[in-house]
Amino acid sequence: MSVAIAANEALRVPIEYDEATIKKFTIATVFWGVIGFLAGAFIAWQLAFPVLNLDLEWTTFGRLRPVHTSAVIFAFGGNALFATSLYVVQRTCRAPLFGGRGMGDFLFWGYQLFIVMAASGYVLGITQSKEYAEPEWYVDLWLTIVWVAYLVAFVGTIMRRREPHIYVANWFYLAFIVTIAMLHIGNNMALPVSLSGTKSYIVWAGVQDAMTQWWYGHNAVGFFLTAGFLGIMYYFIPKQAERPVYSYRLSIVHFWTLIFLYIWAGPHHLHYTALPDWAQTLGMIFSIMLWMPSWGGMINGIMTLSGAWDKLRTDPILRFLVVSVAFYGMSTFEGPMMSIKAVNSLSHFTDWTIGHVHSGALGWVAFVSFGAVYYLVPRLWKRERLYSLRLVTYHFWIATIGIVLYITAMWISGIMQGLMWRAYDQLGFLQYSFIETVEAMHPYYVIRAGGGTLFLLGSLIMVYNLWMTGKGRIRTEQAFERPIPVAVRAAE
Amino acid sequence: MRLSHALFEKNVIILIVGILVTISIGGLVQLVPLFTMEQTIEKVEGVRPYSPLELAGRNIYVREGCYTCHSQMVRPFRDEAERYGHYSLAAESMYDHPFQWGSKRTGPDLARVGGKYSNDWHTAHLINPRSVVPESIMPPYGFLAHRELEFSDVAEHLKTLRAVGVPYTDEQIAQAKVDLAAQGDADSKEAAALQARYPKAVLGDFDGDPSRLTEMDAVVAYLQMLGTLVDFKDYRPEVDYR
Repeated sequence: MSVAIAANEALRVPIEYDEATIKKFTIATVFWGVIGFLAGAFIAWQLAFPVLNLDLEWTTFGRLRPVHTSAVIFAFGGNALFATSLYVVQRTCRAPLFGGRGMGDFLFWGYQLFIVMAASGYVLGITQSKEYAEPEWYVDLWLTIVWVAYLVAFVGTIMRRREPHIYVANWFYLAFIVTIAMLHIGNNMALPVSLSGTKSYIVWAGVQDAMTQWWYGHNAVGFFLTAGFLGIMYYFIPKQAERPVYSYRLSIVHFWTLIFLYIWAGPHHLHYTALPDWAQTLGMIFSIMLWMPSWGGMINGIMTLSGAWDKLRTDPILRFLVVSVAFYGMSTFEGPMMSIKAVNSLSHFTDWTIGHVHSGALGWVAFVSFGAVYYLVPRLWKRERLYSLRLVTYHFWIATIGIVLYITAMWISGIMQGLMWRAYDQLGFLQYSFIETVEAMHPYYVIRAGGGTLFLLGSLIMVYNLWMTGKGRIRTEQAFERPIPVAVRAAE
Repeated sequence: MRLSHALFEKNVIILIVGILVTISIGGLVQLVPLFTMEQTIEKVEGVRPYSPLELAGRNIYVREGCYTCHSQMVRPFRDEAERYGHYSLAAESMYDHPFQWGSKRTGPDLARVGGKYSNDWHTAHLINPRSVVPESIMPPYGFLAHRELEFSDVAEHLKTLRAVGVPYTDEQIAQAKVDLAAQGDADSKEAAALQARYPKAVLGDFDGDPSRLTEMDAVVAYLQMLGTLVDFKDYRPEVDYR
């Protein structure tokens, strides 16, 4: 009896969540998102019209491409993960952030410093040339420090929880933080030429370096862009839909199988290369198996809407979240298929891979982040609701059309280029020179750049909407999406 | 006591240990044997560390992000063999820190581009790709031709690479600066010594400007040696099947 009262008392004590840090990370998410989409759209136009390289060393495709990939993965995605994970862990543990404001400030400014050091390095030509791990040794060391602090803050908050169980979203966030630490250190083992210089040489060489890189690279996808964002899914979809997670058992099964299988999938980036065949085959088999836990997550996310499907027609934020999971399901089917060696022999080195990445990055990662940001901003800034739900709908459709244009253009150009490379004429000669295949890509590069530009436009609509929300404005508007009147519903 | 998932859900340390064990297995199985199994890298003649000028060029190749559009990995397919040459061996990149196999061919594979085009072609192409390939979408790299090669600490680079496993000799390190200058001079008196230290190294005034050593010299020297070291007349794939 007295224990119960004590517990009730504890419930009544207001918990001082650190929301200032979440606010900053949320703003950074939106800011870097726009920068990343802008960089992406720009380099997409460069591929269509090379004059846009501007004949300057700092603006070539080769230097700007890592700016784009790092800006969207680590700056946009990373800040979204920081914002949501620190929000979710505090709420679901009913505990304030471990380390307090000092920790929050260090994480925020430390991480932004990492981004700025990395991106400015790329433009100046400071790079390790390992994809998605381009920053040089001094930036890597700094990120390691910030990341350890992140782990301490996250685990410390969990340890101070007033809930008996650790909520499922936090398992995924934790797996993401721990695994990224391991991958980051393993892949970036490098020896600087001098402590006062930027250049280093990676300790791994050739085939071992290739395997280490794609062990890292594929799991940057698997843990940064998947496990972390599944954490977002497991909190924000149930909240926005106001339904419990579909299946607790499924979440356990797919959590452990997902993190076990993902680590094996790296070699599918190295099919038919000088990597030994046994490693390639292992990579293929585990990539195919990975389809199952991936769809386990998709099913758990989508089926959370059971009994609340009607909300999809009235709630554009929920639509972002649910469509993101649908894109997740699509790209996690496409991925295992492309990891089959016979398919990969056609798709590898072509735009098909680029299209695949973007159906995941734009459709899944960005959409689930948009949904979370639209959820968070009115709550963090204590507004009644967003400035305009109509603008969310505009954002949704413009971005969706952009994605569809992007990935269909890349499917066509990728498969076409793969087929052209291996085409023979009647006399048994290669039918096309390489440059003829480049020329054939042009219309699809224009369509792709257009799709990317639409996606950028959508994000600018979001910026305006969030800005007005932050100012406390509410647009008087009739929603596009009206619930069906009860009488009509009964008649159906 | 029945093993229950609550064990992981109620203790964050057990959860972390569980995650660490789960994520370690795949990586260990795939990575460790690559370092321990002798067959991982084929036993072929000819592969040697990069000469100082080639290394300088390679570092510029890395700096400019050439790997974002060019692979250096010929796959064992008929069309790739006809377009690019013999499929790539692991041995050919055994001294590559980091590897440059790439993941995308917006431009063609470069693993065997060495010797296929003239120095003049490469220089003209890098300055303005569309002057020699009108349909090209490659960025122009004219600044390479204007900039003197800054590689005064070349010996330090060789020492660092030796520390991570590239077998540079004391002599190669001591002569690094001499070799750097010698390779960019077609008439160098050091030619024989350079080629003794780095067999098959090609000397030349790569950028058409004999008065100075530019970044263009270095990049073209690097491109011209790619894929030229192994003599495939002696290569027997069945011996090296992995």
